[in-house]
Amino acid sequence: MGKSTVERPIERSGSAGAWALRRQGQHIVTGWIRELTLLPVIVLLIIAGSFVNPAFFTASNFINVAQQSAALGAVVVAETLILLTGKFDLSLQSTYGLAPMVGAWLIVPTNGQGLGTNWNPFIGIAIVLLIGLAVGAFNGFLVIKLGFNAFIFTLAMLILLAGIQVGIVSGRTIYFLPPAFTYLGAQFLLGIPVSVWVTGAIFLLSALFLKYHRVGRAIYAIGGNIEAARAAGIHVDRIRIGVFIVASFLAALAGLMTAGQVVAVTASQGNNLIFTVFAAAVIGGISLDGGRGRMVGALTGVILLALVTNILVLSQIQTFWIDAADGFIILIALALARLIGTERP
Amino acid sequence: MGSDGGPAFAAAPVGMAQGIWKAFGETQALSDVSLSVAAGECHALVGRNGAGKSTLVAIFTGLLRPDRGSVRLGGEAAPALADRAAWQRRVACVYQKPMVVPWLTVAENIFLNRQPGNDHGLINWRAMRSHARQVMLEWGFDLDVNHLAQNLTVEQRQVVEIVRALSVGARFLILDEPTASLEKAAIEGLFERIRRLKASGVGILYISHHLEEIYEVCDRVTVLRDGQRVLSAPVGEIAQDQLVEAMVGAAPQRAVENAAPPPVVASGRPRLEVSRLCVPATLGPVQDVSFAVHAGECVGLVGLQGSGSATAAQAVVGLVKPSSGEIRLDGKPIRTGRVDATLRRGIAYVPEDRHAQGFIPSLGVGENLTLCILDRLSRWGIVSRSGRDAVANTLVKQLDIVASSLSQQAGQLSGGNQQKVVVGRALAQRPAVLVVVTPTVGVDVAAKETLLNVIAAARDGGAAVLLVSDDLEDLRICTRLLVMVRGRLVREYRQPPWDQHELIAAIEGLEPASAREDGIS
Repeated sequence: MGKSTVERPIERSGSAGAWALRRQGQHIVTGWIRELTLLPVIVLLIIAGSFVNPAFFTASNFINVAQQSAALGAVVVAETLILLTGKFDLSLQSTYGLAPMVGAWLIVPTNGQGLGTNWNPFIGIAIVLLIGLAVGAFNGFLVIKLGFNAFIFTLAMLILLAGIQVGIVSGRTIYFLPPAFTYLGAQFLLGIPVSVWVTGAIFLLSALFLKYHRVGRAIYAIGGNIEAARAAGIHVDRIRIGVFIVASFLAALAGLMTAGQVVAVTASQGNNLIFTVFAAAVIGGISLDGGRGRMVGALTGVILLALVTNILVLSQIQTFWIDAADGFIILIALALARLIGTERP
Repeated sequence: MGSDGGPAFAAAPVGMAQGIWKAFGETQALSDVSLSVAAGECHALVGRNGAGKSTLVAIFTGLLRPDRGSVRLGGEAAPALADRAAWQRRVACVYQKPMVVPWLTVAENIFLNRQPGNDHGLINWRAMRSHARQVMLEWGFDLDVNHLAQNLTVEQRQVVEIVRALSVGARFLILDEPTASLEKAAIEGLFERIRRLKASGVGILYISHHLEEIYEVCDRVTVLRDGQRVLSAPVGEIAQDQLVEAMVGAAPQRAVENAAPPPVVASGRPRLEVSRLCVPATLGPVQDVSFAVHAGECVGLVGLQGSGSATAAQAVVGLVKPSSGEIRLDGKPIRTGRVDATLRRGIAYVPEDRHAQGFIPSLGVGENLTLCILDRLSRWGIVSRSGRDAVANTLVKQLDIVASSLSQQAGQLSGGNQQKVVVGRALAQRPAVLVVVTPTVGVDVAAKETLLNVIAAARDGGAAVLLVSDDLEDLRICTRLLVMVRGRLVREYRQPPWDQHELIAAIEGLEPASAREDGIS
């Protein structure tokens, strides 16, 4: 494909149009292959699932799966945005836990393990989202502006935030969440959970943004070749910090979804979530080196992991083995992705 | 042939520096340097490493502010340093390191951060593609704008960067060693492009270590030495040895005794024997190649990039596994495709890509030099510090490596000194066979001299040297030449001196078919 096509005299302008169109079509196809690698696997999983348990291939089960992975999907979008710029944020899982915890803590009465301030639920929701913005700004500033190592720094943030989450409620769970607080996670709109609508919209908008907005393309440029991006006048640091902020905001929103879905906030909400998030993104073709991958791919990664977990549950495998089976499937998916060439060595 | 007058451009110089002074701490990087590039001119800027070329380029592109002096671009005073966009509309530099984004298309790379679209930042992809195609056509380039930059060759990436600069409106291009990683045919293409750009009124500042390129494509040449302009003249008026003299200062200290190596009596069993070597085309084609190298001999394996000459060398050192064929050292076959096996048998290697395979930037010079002989320097796995320093010091002296101490990180050295470290590391093994691939790419004249002398000394010390290069300068230390074209050995030259024109013709594959028959056994 890398033939020296430079400066061939433009002699065949007659056929050039058709030729260019064909080439373009070819590029579109090759461009999508990487994103759709997982489709056959997903189809296979659906077929396998239908054999495992007749309850699998039903609308209610699929809605259930979608609802349970909506929050995961939102965090995957968040992490994907950061990964595309060539960085990553491990503490997203703690933002996902801490933000709704603080919000709920301030609005729930003491008999539901709240602080007793009994604030208005809408203020609580605002606080959840503000915490997301604040944590993102803090992370972004320290990692990008002050040059802290993203791994060590966000790992420390992960531990710190999760610690605060346990600390403020002494490890207890907050109940009696008001309806406004649980609307996002518990309610349905046109037969489909609100959280699924929201996560779907997040996926769609972020994909369109990445493809059609200058800043979206700048995100790819930064992750692909940061010096070239700088030389082109892209505000590299501003965009990277902005992406950290948006990502933490999405993580907080996702935390709110989960809180609404289980109608409680546990002290352990978010634990180990980040591993699944990375797995979904990488299986979906998002490069850990930055600058490569698409939202569609990340979405297929989420769907794949959600289906696997669902099938494992329905197959009545011993609960204690589900994690092991999950890990095993992730390994297989990675090997597959490597074989098909989406993740380069 | 480059300066046939060309169309006359009455306009002001596209780039002009007047009386530039720049100091970094105590080092005076530039002292009173003036240089002007006219529209339609290709102006060569030469000088050894550290002469101040990069500083001048940084000042011309607005990355550095001169202490004194002024820069004018296209007849206007240079914009403020912070106004990057204004600089980019006037001047662009194509650096050695690729400034394209690998996973974006050619069109996106051309319009990076300036994509056609609306005021809200939404991009019109169709307009972007067609604009990119249009710019390509306008300047006579033919490159599919939907290609990912990742899949482009080095020269195609250069085209993308040039087109990007032109599309912004820059008419002053700085090419920083554009031929460093190009193969011969691509270099020709580049020269053709430069000539066409000149004809359209673009002014080019051309930085290169290869003086013959300057004669081919440039109109004027400016030589910098130690931050000062020592010469500025039309290339037609200055001979190559004058140019070298201006760069180096005194007359270049050519080691005359190396110029014509003693003919080697190929007696007894050869040290290295390669027979019927084949490597699959995916790794670089080598078809049925056989040759032998005796102790005390330096065999030059000559070929264009992609001719298989470098691949054959890699097969010898075990980096590439041949599909068939045998490699013998002192008559005993070695396991192919295993670097550890060849190393143990005494085959040392100076790789083509010194940054990727040559040295470890974060380790000190001393450690890098002794990396491959640690087992010799250690007992029970404990490395003897004094033993290591002794070996390293000898090599530093022998190779004239400029480093503040043995513990200075190799990554901080200049390119020429890094290459000396790589060569020194290979020599530290006191190898029976030394395989060297393009040892002098991107190093200055003096470093080149030292490197070649050291390799020649290893040859005289009894090593069998296999030198892969297409730089005719390098080949003067060879006692014998083998020419490869498209994976096959086509020609052998037994006695220096060689007719350079004939040699170049052979390398380019212009040999009449009859010559292939007096082939190589």
